[in-house]
Amino acid sequence: MTLARRIIPCLDTDGARVVKGINFIGLRDAGDPAELAARYNAEGADELIVLDIAASRDRRPTFLETIRRVAAELAIPLTAGGGIRALEDARAVVRAGADKITVNTAAVEQPELISQLSEEFGAQAVVLAIDAKHETGNWDVRIRGGRDSAHLDAIAWAQKGVELGAGEILLTSVDRDGTQSGFDVPLTAGISRAVSVPVIASGGAKLPEHFLQAFSEGEADAALAASIFHDGTQSIRSLKQFLAQSGIPVRFPC
Amino acid sequence: MIVTLIDYGAGNVASVERALARIGVAAIRVSTSEGIANATTLLLPGVGHFSALIRALDEKALRQPLLEAIARGVPFLGICLGLQALYESSDEAPTLQGLGVLPGRVSALPPTVKLPHMGWNRVRSTAPSRLLRGVPLDAYFYFAHSFAAPPANASTAATCAHGVEFTAVTEQGNLFATQFHPEKSGDAGALLLRNFVSLAA
Repeated sequence: MTLARRIIPCLDTDGARVVKGINFIGLRDAGDPAELAARYNAEGADELIVLDIAASRDRRPTFLETIRRVAAELAIPLTAGGGIRALEDARAVVRAGADKITVNTAAVEQPELISQLSEEFGAQAVVLAIDAKHETGNWDVRIRGGRDSAHLDAIAWAQKGVELGAGEILLTSVDRDGTQSGFDVPLTAGISRAVSVPVIASGGAKLPEHFLQAFSEGEADAALAASIFHDGTQSIRSLKQFLAQSGIPVRFPC
Repeated sequence: MIVTLIDYGAGNVASVERALARIGVAAIRVSTSEGIANATTLLLPGVGHFSALIRALDEKALRQPLLEAIARGVPFLGICLGLQALYESSDEAPTLQGLGVLPGRVSALPPTVKLPHMGWNRVRSTAPSRLLRGVPLDAYFYFAHSFAAPPANASTAATCAHGVEFTAVTEQGNLFATQFHPEKSGDAGALLLRNFVSLAA
């Protein structure tokens, strides 16, 4: 018995609608979150992530309603994040129907948040999102949507996060995100080997071969993509068929 | 029929509710001893720490009515921590007493594998199972845990392995439990929940 490698579509939302764009510039509408969630659930997605990329205080109720609508469509796990800065934000997201919470900038600014979340919800519910950018000799942790340096080494930060109680790492390559040129395989393998928890590779996916690389050489436990699933460039079913033929254990819905 | 969900203040109660609603089954939440004593079908969901569940059961005085209901043969389904709680104890909180309905100790999965054991895995049938009736042999279920129950138990109906083999499904009379989350396990999970509901009806 081996764990199946997971395929995870990601819904970036402005709170209410799925949006698509690079670095928050030129956002385009990419659909209704609940409709996309229902489609991915039926197509064999293994989990779903929904993010509030605007994460403004006054739009919070809208995002919580989005989580409720998405959760109602899913018979698979749901991770939610964006704008979770305190335990109370996480409680609201979990009450709305999320199984896991993902934190990024807030965890860098206040690492104890990871421990608080882990104590309350269990490590399996805490996904530490790390945006990493390649620099000479290492990967630098980026915060605030990839704009600013956190002056942390990504591998060291991943290990610290796990020590604090994160149960999973969502690793995004800032260099590859939006480029559709494939996952950053050395980064993914570096983090995956350095931590004891599962790693989700993110950033740069387009072709089925990219996912195969992330799982084989990159040693990722799961791989995430957004726009290629939303716009129909890649179906989850055919992606999984390709992976299965390449010897990667994947789950097909029965 | 109405499934009574034991709501001890943590866990995945809402997702179990949604999963039952999807198969057309009504559920109510209870958090009192009377609520448990009056239930005709019980479901104990759970995620997180063993101590959170056991402490909550004891603080709300739910242990005794729960044990009595199980002894009376009220159909019961435990999920994840709801399975682990049935054993005598857990290494996750060594000083606390489990419900002790099943013999043995819950222990940590080995550090030789990635933990938590998180994601979709298959199970190996070890005894005829009413809960798994009609579920394809190669079906995947969603797991999210770092501790697990021993595999060599008379009530174990299916096992899974992640570093070591452990109990994935246990059933004994009207007592059923799964280490995985049927409420998050797609169509296979829905079928298992349907089986439980029809066994309980």
